Amino acid sequence: MQLPDAEQLIAVLAESMRPKVTANTCLVGIHTGGVWLAERLHALLGLSQPLGTIDVSFYRDDYSAKGLHPQPQGSKIPFDVEGAHIVIVDDVLYTGRTTRAALNELFDYGRPAQVDLAVLIDRGGRELPIGASFCALTLPEPLAAGQNLQLERDDSGALTMRLIHA
Amino acid sequence: MRNPQLNKHGELQHLLTIDGLPKGIITQILDIAAPFTEVAEREVKKLPLLRGKSVFNLFFENSTRTRTTFEIAAKRLSADVINLNVATSSTKKGETLLDTVDNLCAMQADMFVVRHESSGAPHLIAQHLENTGRDHIHVVNAGDGRHAHPTQGLLDMYTIRHYKKEFHNLTVAIVGDVLHSRVARSQIAALTTLGVPEVRVIGPKTLLPTDVEKMGVRYFASMEEGLKGVDVVMMLRLQNERMNGALLPSPQEFFKVWGLTAEKLALAKPDAIVMHPGPMNRGVEIDSAVADGNQAVILPQVTFGIAVRMAVMSMLGSH
Repeated sequence: MQLPDAEQLIAVLAESMRPKVTANTCLVGIHTGGVWLAERLHALLGLSQPLGTIDVSFYRDDYSAKGLHPQPQGSKIPFDVEGAHIVIVDDVLYTGRTTRAALNELFDYGRPAQVDLAVLIDRGGRELPIGASFCALTLPEPLAAGQNLQLERDDSGALTMRLIHA
Repeated sequence: MRNPQLNKHGELQHLLTIDGLPKGIITQILDIAAPFTEVAEREVKKLPLLRGKSVFNLFFENSTRTRTTFEIAAKRLSADVINLNVATSSTKKGETLLDTVDNLCAMQADMFVVRHESSGAPHLIAQHLENTGRDHIHVVNAGDGRHAHPTQGLLDMYTIRHYKKEFHNLTVAIVGDVLHSRVARSQIAALTTLGVPEVRVIGPKTLLPTDVEKMGVRYFASMEEGLKGVDVVMMLRLQNERMNGALLPSPQEFFKVWGLTAEKLALAKPDAIVMHPGPMNRGVEIDSAVADGNQAVILPQVTFGIAVRMAVMSMLGSH
């Protein structure tokens, strides 16, 4: 499969979000790829609210099967969630379980007015009724379950998509 | 022999003592505890990790701080917590420890937090669970006799790492009644495992175990010598209730020689921190001016204790 260019996708995603964001929109990136992406979107969209980050390790539904991540990053929500417009940002949308975990965690900080989801790629394979509000690319065919598509960042800060065959 | 605290995958199965716990596991507990410290600042101070699990606090010996912080930790992880009032419990009617445990297992216990005046009681329970094939039930030692108090040792390490960042360049002094202190044993095991190059023990010879130097520490017979240049001062409580006979002249006399005052603390590094596991005997092992001074991190220790206990319980509950 020819992997799409991440930098191009980021530009597409930012433009699709631009009409919908306001000065009060808050971005929350999901560790780790979603945080890198959220940092880019935050700059491209010129948002003024500080960037939030979420590590869903403590909210995953497979915790008792997979155990805890040995080095959780923790979550930082540096704005008031109550009544806010929040966009959750992740690199790839797959089963929807990570998004569900992020939503659950977010609501433990307060009750947002509206929550959207922005992703670079929707790879198909949903197991929950969750969809992206903003998505730069939807794959025409769902990826096979053994394959892992994720964002990577090199030392210069450039972002690329990488496909790992498990 | 397999470490009874680890399961066959090398994961933490019970927390019984820091002795023999791999460095990797200790570091992992501290790493996992770090993000738990921020849960207290949320609107909803809860994480769903132990949702639906039952944690039994089994305290055969009095404790306020330890029991309360274990209870808060379990509740912040969404567990159901059952505190057993041992003073009115079946043990007083003659039930054995293991019969009590079996009965609580029949009530679908998932975890036991055990404090007992006899060294080895938590080991005994863990062994019993293993022998009867109940490896989904976990035991945390919350202090057994003179043996160990591993979560205290771990929260002390968390506190040191929080203020000093690294362990490999530190000089740490443990001061006071080492003989009766399970806290000191856990601290020494943790400090040496984490690679602290110099661990000092300061106190009267009568309150030191005879083989103290075999634990990898340096003994100092005076505060003036032992506190010189240290980064961390860990005070111990004088444990009057555990002493048989006269090991000491009087509390006033003890304070004069071994109590931590501002003058003695001045011998340590200027940025040295002062720790105490509580409860403090003001005017016996520590002067109020030091206990309330700006080098004391005694109350942060209590707060960090919640996060560290959350880390331990969530690691145990994850398999």
